[in-house]
Formats: sequence, C-alpha cells, structure tokens
Amino acid sequence: MFSNLAEKLQDTFRRLKGKGKLTEKDVDAAMREIRLALLEADVNFKVVKEFVNSVRERAVGQEVMSSLTPGQQVIKIVNEEMTSLMGDTQSALAGPGKGPTRVMMVGLQGSGKTTTAVKLAAHLRREGRSPFLVAADIYRPGAVKQLEVLSESIGEKCYSNLEADPVEICREGLKMADREGSDVAIFDTAGRLHIDDEMMSEIGAIKNDIKPDEVLLVVDAMTGQDAVNAAASFNEAVGLSGVILTKLDGDTRGGAALSVRKVTGCPIKFVGVGEKIEALEPFYPDRMASRILGMGDVLSLIEKAEATIDQDKAREMEKKLRQQQFTLEDFRDQMVQLRSMGSLDDILNMLPEGGNIPKELKQMSLNENSLKRVEAIISSMTRQERYNPSILNSSRRRRIARGSGTTVQDVNRLLNQFSQMQKMFKQMNPAGKKGMGKKMKKMKKRFPF
Amino acid sequence: MSLIDQFKNGLTRSKSGFMGRLGGLFSAGEINDQFYEELEEILISGDVGVQTSIKLVDKLRTEVKNRRIKERQEARELLLELVIEIMDPGRAPAETEEKPHVILLVGVNGSGKTTSAAKLAGLYRRDEKEVLLVAGDTFRAAAIEQLEIWADRADVELIKQQAGSDPSALYFDAMNAAKARNMDVVIGDTAGRLHSRYNLMEELNKIYRVIGRNIPGAPHRVLLVVDATTGQNAVAQARSFNQSLPIDGLILTKLDGTARGGIVINIQDELNIPVCYVGTGEKMEDLAPFNPEDFARALLES
Repeated sequence: MFSNLAEKLQDTFRRLKGKGKLTEKDVDAAMREIRLALLEADVNFKVVKEFVNSVRERAVGQEVMSSLTPGQQVIKIVNEEMTSLMGDTQSALAGPGKGPTRVMMVGLQGSGKTTTAVKLAAHLRREGRSPFLVAADIYRPGAVKQLEVLSESIGEKCYSNLEADPVEICREGLKMADREGSDVAIFDTAGRLHIDDEMMSEIGAIKNDIKPDEVLLVVDAMTGQDAVNAAASFNEAVGLSGVILTKLDGDTRGGAALSVRKVTGCPIKFVGVGEKIEALEPFYPDRMASRILGMGDVLSLIEKAEATIDQDKAREMEKKLRQQQFTLEDFRDQMVQLRSMGSLDDILNMLPEGGNIPKELKQMSLNENSLKRVEAIISSMTRQERYNPSILNSSRRRRIARGSGTTVQDVNRLLNQFSQMQKMFKQMNPAGKKGMGKKMKKMKKRFPF
Repeated sequence: MSLIDQFKNGLTRSKSGFMGRLGGLFSAGEINDQFYEELEEILISGDVGVQTSIKLVDKLRTEVKNRRIKERQEARELLLELVIEIMDPGRAPAETEEKPHVILLVGVNGSGKTTSAAKLAGLYRRDEKEVLLVAGDTFRAAAIEQLEIWADRADVELIKQQAGSDPSALYFDAMNAAKARNMDVVIGDTAGRLHSRYNLMEELNKIYRVIGRNIPGAPHRVLLVVDATTGQNAVAQARSFNQSLPIDGLILTKLDGTARGGIVINIQDELNIPVCYVGTGEKMEDLAPFNPEDFARALLES
C-alpha cells in the first residue's frame, strides 16, 4: 500500500519546484505521508506522533542540498532520525565474568523464545564461548522436549526437570552450567501474557534468584500496536537489557522494532531471519530503518548520489551545456559517474521526474549493458574524435567497433543519440533568453549531472 | 468467565487504559472534528489499520449527518453497528454433515496452531464427536509431542509419523485412517510457515490436494490461525495463504491479552474472510465460536 514512501514523498514535492529551503508547508505535506507509512508499518501511534514531531522540527528551514530533491531531503532526515533512534549495533552480550554469564529469555507466547535460545547458543559457540541451556518452560506441552531436541541437534547441553518449579529449575540449571564449565547459561522461560500477574511475578522471582546479566525480550517482528504495552510491562517487571526481534525473514515492515526500542530504551541485539539454527544476525539499525519506511535501497542511493556526484563537476557541466560545448568525453564522464552509483534502473526510479526523460535517452539507457557499451565505444575513440565526432568516417567507425567489442551499428546508434542530445540542449538553450536558468535546473533534476 | 468478560478483563487491565479512553470519548459532549480524530486514533491503536479506520470513521461521519445524531453516546451505538456489519457472521462457513468433517489449520510460526487444534478437538469432544487429530507439524522440534499431550488431555485419537517426515504422506495415511475408524471430525495441524516462503506454501498446497484426492470435498474448512497481537502484516498473511489454498475462516488467538485483534476487521474488510473462533487462554476450554457482536462490543463498549 505504502510500499514506496519515497515515491509518495517525491509525488508530494513534485508540485513544489525550485525551492532552496524546506518550508513549513512542504514539511507538513511530507509529514502526513510519513505518519501514514509508519502506522502502516505497525509503529505504535504514540511513537509515531513523537517521531513525526521531532522530524518536523529538524526539517523546517533546512536547506535542500543541490544534489537532492526536497522529497529526498526529507527522506534523508527521516532515515537519519530513525536510525539514530534505533541505536547502535550492539550484538555483544555481557562478557564472561565469575561463573557463567546468565542470559534470561522472556516474552509472549509464540514469539520464538525457545528457537531463539538455541540460535543464540549456536551463535555464542561460534564466538568461542561454551553455552548451556536451561529449560524453564514447564507450562507449554512439549516445550522442554523442544529445547532438549534442539540443544542436542547443535551438540549443546541442556538442563531440564519436569518435577521442579521454574525458579528451582533455573537455580539448579545454573549450578549445573557452572559444574560443566560452561561460560554462558541461557534460560528459556515460558511464554506469558504481560497482564498475567501471577506469571509475571514468576519471572520476577526467577530474576531475583539467578540474577541474570542479560534479560532479553523476544519480540515477534509482526507484532502490531500492542507491542508497546507488552514491552513496557516486561521491562517494568524484570528490567530488560536487550531485545531480540524474530521472524524478520517474512515481509513484515517490523515497525514494532521502533516501538519496543522507544518504550524500553533497550538496544535490539539480534534479529531472527529464518528457521535454521544459524539464522540469527546482529541488528543493523540502518537496515531496519529503511525497512520500516518501506524504501529499500532508495536510501542508499540517496547517500550514494550525495557522495558520488561531485558538485564542482556538476557546475562545470552545466556551464558546458549552456555554451554548447558538450562533447562525447563529457558524455562518457557522466556515464561513469552514473554507473558508480549502482544499478541504472534504481537510479532512474530515484530521479524525481524519471518518467519525463526524453525518449532517445531512455532508449539508450534501457539496461546497464548498453551503458557499458557506450562507455567502451567512447573509450575506443581518440581524443580528437571525442571532441569532433564529425570526423568519424566509416573506417574510423569500424576501428572503434573492433576496439570496443561492438558493431558498427552500435557505434552509429550512439552517435545518433549523441547528436540528438546535442540538438535537445540547443533547443532548450536559446542563449541569453530569460527563464533558461530555470530550465537548466529542471534538467539537472532529471539527470543529476 | 464468558468470552466477552475475559476479553474485557484483559482490556480493562491494559496499561493504555483503552476502555477508559473510549468510555471517556463516548460519555458526553458534542460530536466534532476532535472526536473523530480521537476515534480514528483509538481504532488504529487497536490494529484496525489506517485505511480501514479512516473508512469506518468516514462512514460514521456520514451516518451521523444522515441521522442527525448529536450526542456521542448515540454515535457509539452507530459505530458498533458499523463494525458488526463488517464482521457479519453470516458468511462463516457452515459445518458439513459429511463424515469425516476435515478441518485444516494453517498459519505463520507461533500463531498458535497446535494449541488451537487441541482446543478445537476439545470443543468437538464435548459435543461427543469422535475426533482424530493429525500431528502435521513434522518440522518443529517436539511439536508432535506437544499435540500428543493435548490429545491425551482431550481424550481424542492422534495420528503421527516421526519428526521430519513428509506431511503430505502423513495426511494420506490420516485420511485413510479417518475413514477406516469412522471418525466424525479430523483436525489437522500443520507446521508454521511464513507466507513469503514459496516452497513452504507449495508444500501446504500439496497437503491440501492430497486430502482432497482422498476425501472428495475435503478439507471442508481451512482455517488460518492469526495471533491477535499481529499488526498489519496479518493482512498480507491472509492474502498469501489464501492464494495457495482457499482459506474459509480465521481463528483469532491470544485475545486474552491487551491486544485487541482489530486486524481481523481489516482482513474481513479487505479479503472477506470471516472469523470462526477466538482463543482466550491456555486451557482446553479457552476457545469459543466467534460472535461478532460480542467482539464489537468488547472492542467499543465501556
């Protein structure tokens, strides 16, 4: 529905042309889209409100970078703000101290605690530590067995006792881990509702008894608005030290991540991305941010555009275009610049007026291979030929085709396109006439060079 | 405790004070823009979703105008009507008289399929039906043991194979067994799977075909199990599952928490898949046929 916030924002901004600064009105329009997108992504509505307000404050009055459109500029701010809200990458767990590090897993039913406990054990093993699992979910039928089977499958030890209560189990499990010489004990507790007072006081009791170094809340990435209530209650009851987000391999936008992070203030340490035991990854705030915004790679493109397109070069280019000194060599430079930004299709989509690119240019830039070919052809020309293509007779063309691994037809096509481009620039460039600057600006938006 | 009480109980205890807010909103005062805005926010906070919330509020706005309603209290009854209208129970699939009546449960990981299968078996057992449970989750460790324990508690028969075996083969055997043992109801569990995993969805379709080949017309009901805490992704879930096999209805689980399961309004509105049952706890009896009016009242009444 709002799969492409970037597109929406650019749509919103299309009508607002040639602004140097983001005005309040621009920002308001954008904020509406952002609010909707975040709500659709299941970010809690209160969190959305706060977030939108903070973005608004930052955005109003900001200068629009010349390499970006206002829409892109707002997206950039939103993304930065969200990434910073998400915190840093912090996949490290408390290090080994005296005795085993105690890691307690808590969460709602079905969030994935048991699977995640085992994934975490496997991860710690890869890091050279020796984990030990404790099965403290005596309520769900088969839960203990599940942990036993999974532990065995990765060759780790697991303590269980179907006769004892969870506090006892954890206490005994910890002793056992110590005896076994393990340096991490992972306690898999039963899933519980955050409003179930009895069950909540049970994990409180476990916590007081084993004094965990880490209390990790396991949260289903598909959780909706209620994520804040659950997270806040767990945090209140046991004091969380981190969060693990599960089932992120689906197509959910995962707005719950932002909500949970906001209400608990705890870092998201890992994400579960599959059913296999190895499918546990460190959390990357920037990836999560763009996922919630539903913008995929567009964000990285914006960053690339910022970094790659040399402002001075762009200015020089504009001057050349105006003076009709646009040569094949310049043409190639732009191609190189474009290609260094990544896939051409993405770039075209990112351009605010991607739909309005002249037909000739579009034909030429249909795929990346043709871009490569263009570059090869121009590189096979002599300097003189590049500055003065009119000297290209058929013998020269044959040589260029051979040199670039293309055909004479390819060379001819490129030269045609180039001359059309030159014509186009001439048309929109009646020297000295008023309004030309504006047109140039528009042109620059079309093609960021 | 009745379903509505349990649900309400959860709501009242919720920290966000949902009931309090709604109560306050509808208690007194005139109907103005602020009222609508707040109402929209409340609906969104119940996971009803932006589009559906806006639609509901717009409908309410029109109706309030048409019927010249002035008081907020009257508006509440109206909203109730609108929600019930969307949740219309008339579309819930009727139970067939055919024997065996085959029910297949599907859903994403952790939504509560195995527990719901057991509860559903208990529900039919209380009706003195002969029930066969199929331990179709051959993937998750100890899922079979989990259902075995439940089958014992519910006093129903269970058919299983060893972990890791092909679920379609299991279902082939299960259908034959159901016919041979003259079962009234067959309730099939399946492994949880994310709807975006193509291969796993194909596997589900294969199970569906195997059942249908063995007992024409079966499965008579395919029910998608949805966790009430799920957000907007549940719509995508319903859509994808419905693409690999026709979903007849929903089981809304974990409604005993503070989550309000508003997402089912969304699913029904967009995909026209009715809710058949709701799960409200961890005990065998904690599953009840869905009553849209109860649901709407619990959602909106204070």
